[in-house]
Amino acid sequence: MSIRERARSAGAQITQGRNTRSAPGRPVSADAGAVRTYRSWIAAGVLLLVLPHVPGLDSSFGRSMLSQMGIAAVFALSYNLLLGQTGLLSFGHAVYFGLGAYAAIHLMRAINGGLPLPMPLVPLAGAAGGLAVGLVFGAVTTRRAGVVFALISLGVGELVFAAMRMLQGFSGGEEGITANRGRGPHVFGLDFASQLQVYYLIAFWTLVAAALMHFFMRTPVGRMCNAVRDNPERAEFVGYSAQRVRFTAFAVAAAFAGLAGGLHAVNYEIVAAEAVGAARSGTVLLMVYIGGVSNFVGAILGAVTITWLQVSLSDYTAAWQLYLGIFFMAIVLFAPGGLAGLVLMHAPILRTAAFRGLLRAYGIALFPALLMLAGAVMLLEINYRLSTQPEAGTRITLLRVAMDAATPWPWLAAALMLVAGFLAFRRAWPGVAAAWQRATEQAAAGGVP
Amino acid sequence: MLELVTFSLLNGVVYGLLLFMLSSGLTLIWSMMGVLNFAHASMFMLGAYFSYQLGLAIGFWPALVIAPLLVGAVGAAVERFGLRHVHRQGHVGEILFTFGLAYLIAEVVIMVWGRNPIENRVPAAIDFPAFALFGTSYPFYKVLMMAISVGMFVFLWLAFKRTRIGLVIQAELTHPQMVSALGHDVPRVFVLVFAVGSALAAMAGVIGGFALLTEPNMAAALGPIVFVVVVVGGLGSIPGALVASMLIGIVQTFAVALDYSLLDLLRPLGVSMARSSPLYELCSIKVAQAAPILPYLLLVLMLILRPKGLMGTRET
Repeated sequence: MSIRERARSAGAQITQGRNTRSAPGRPVSADAGAVRTYRSWIAAGVLLLVLPHVPGLDSSFGRSMLSQMGIAAVFALSYNLLLGQTGLLSFGHAVYFGLGAYAAIHLMRAINGGLPLPMPLVPLAGAAGGLAVGLVFGAVTTRRAGVVFALISLGVGELVFAAMRMLQGFSGGEEGITANRGRGPHVFGLDFASQLQVYYLIAFWTLVAAALMHFFMRTPVGRMCNAVRDNPERAEFVGYSAQRVRFTAFAVAAAFAGLAGGLHAVNYEIVAAEAVGAARSGTVLLMVYIGGVSNFVGAILGAVTITWLQVSLSDYTAAWQLYLGIFFMAIVLFAPGGLAGLVLMHAPILRTAAFRGLLRAYGIALFPALLMLAGAVMLLEINYRLSTQPEAGTRITLLRVAMDAATPWPWLAAALMLVAGFLAFRRAWPGVAAAWQRATEQAAAGGVP
Repeated sequence: MLELVTFSLLNGVVYGLLLFMLSSGLTLIWSMMGVLNFAHASMFMLGAYFSYQLGLAIGFWPALVIAPLLVGAVGAAVERFGLRHVHRQGHVGEILFTFGLAYLIAEVVIMVWGRNPIENRVPAAIDFPAFALFGTSYPFYKVLMMAISVGMFVFLWLAFKRTRIGLVIQAELTHPQMVSALGHDVPRVFVLVFAVGSALAAMAGVIGGFALLTEPNMAAALGPIVFVVVVVGGLGSIPGALVASMLIGIVQTFAVALDYSLLDLLRPLGVSMARSSPLYELCSIKVAQAAPILPYLLLVLMLILRPKGLMGTRET
């Protein structure tokens, strides 16, 4: 048996049970699966092509948001390689993003200075920078998994952040260093003066990076990453060094994080010390976990959702970070599979007769849930406004409803909505649970009755 | 020179003892429950804010007692109603829960007290010079900080060695399965340890809040340093936490006072460097500028070279 085959079968053996595609009773031939992935990649490409012309997103603001989503998606997917696929919880992944971004911005400055390289290749410098740093730090940090790895990554993150603030000449510190993406050889007439051109550059690299990461997970090494995540001891017995596998996954993840950093440099034309900071490392963790750990589409979903929240929710409310925190906690407590997990939960029961009953139960529970939410949001908004902007006075307009927080009425109304919504929700919930039970029983009994 | 050394040493000890109060609770929580508690420094912050608010209403001394008790209750509630439920999801779920909680507590603090630092001044009751050294007076509140931290260490040590619950906790650190097999209520011990750890952190916040800046960012600034202390001291070791806190407190205070760079050190040996040299920037960094890096350098080196820590009994 060749090494490749051995890896494939070992990886498949160890990760059995997680691999739903080869579940008994639903045989899918390898060719059919390949055709389906092939088609979905083409669909993704077409979607990326069309998105900036969709009404609502065809403004400069919309295209800028789409660009940010692309960068976040690449970064989140690279984090998913670490946490989701290899089981390495990192609190310092922004180090590779940020240093990749610095590599790219320095290359851009060199191009501005006369180096004959086309701008569209700049993100590759980011990937190379991320990879180089990942190889150095990965060699010492991946010796252990689990909590030790989490801690070392935290330490390395703080270390690099402090170092970047110190090395003003290289990093520009808090102010950062700038470059011009327009000044350089214009290949195919691309001067990157419009956000649309930048978007297409980012979309191209996002698609390439996503495809590469997707296929990396299907190589024997990728399968071994899953094996090391699920059972490092057994992986060692089969003849693999768990550390080697972790190191490989770490270096690959660092390279893609660097690519995302390179895209960041092209998009913003400025990189500052905060690019390697703990806040960015925390955000990517939030993205991947909210989207769904170890789910490829989940990581993209999380990146898109969080970026959308960051960009648009911050326009509506100053308390958006509070809502983000509550959202994250709700996912950790009630839906550890993330958004993708919630969707996948419903996949087996979609075709059952009881699914309609479940939808009805959801509909009934929705009203008290919304009432509860409205009460909570109102309380938070009033409080937040009073404490962060005391100079703005007590007259507040929420969703076109004017109120005066100096009187007790808004407080009473919000508290009443919260309590009433909560009590009603508690009464509605058993209905949902029962409908769910019926649906899963029917699905287990063989789908359509 | 002697003056500088003495004052740096005194300030280093005060800072170190503050770190110890934070890390002693964390090291117990961590080694017993295996939870990397990101929200521990948040309890410190809550202690500072609670005592400020209570101090306005009932004065400093009652606040010194009541604020830690309140935060202890918060800690117990967090364990009982939050952490226990994510326990099923394994360590990643638990770590993420405390990570999210730290984020949330900072946001709630912003919501209640605003984004700017509050005016948490040293209360008049303890703001007078204790003694004079080299013509400079040393404030009483720093002496009080030292006294409270040392008192805390003695209390913890006695509780650990001389009481029944202390023995159970000690046994739990090394043989958790056996302890529960013997019929001890392990979850209740968890709640207790979490509550006491949070209360200790809050106590540090009460007396440290006005020495540092009381603002919503203070937990995020101090949190990673506390992890460093726990790792360097060794998991589950209270004397280790004390030694490591002192080490980091003193090293950081001294480093801030040193205005030398690598280049200054090499100059007497006849080494000189042009400004245009690529290494010039690296070599001209003053020790004082590099001070924030030192703890994390220590953390990374420790985890790589000696994962047990200085006085730990088992690996991290």
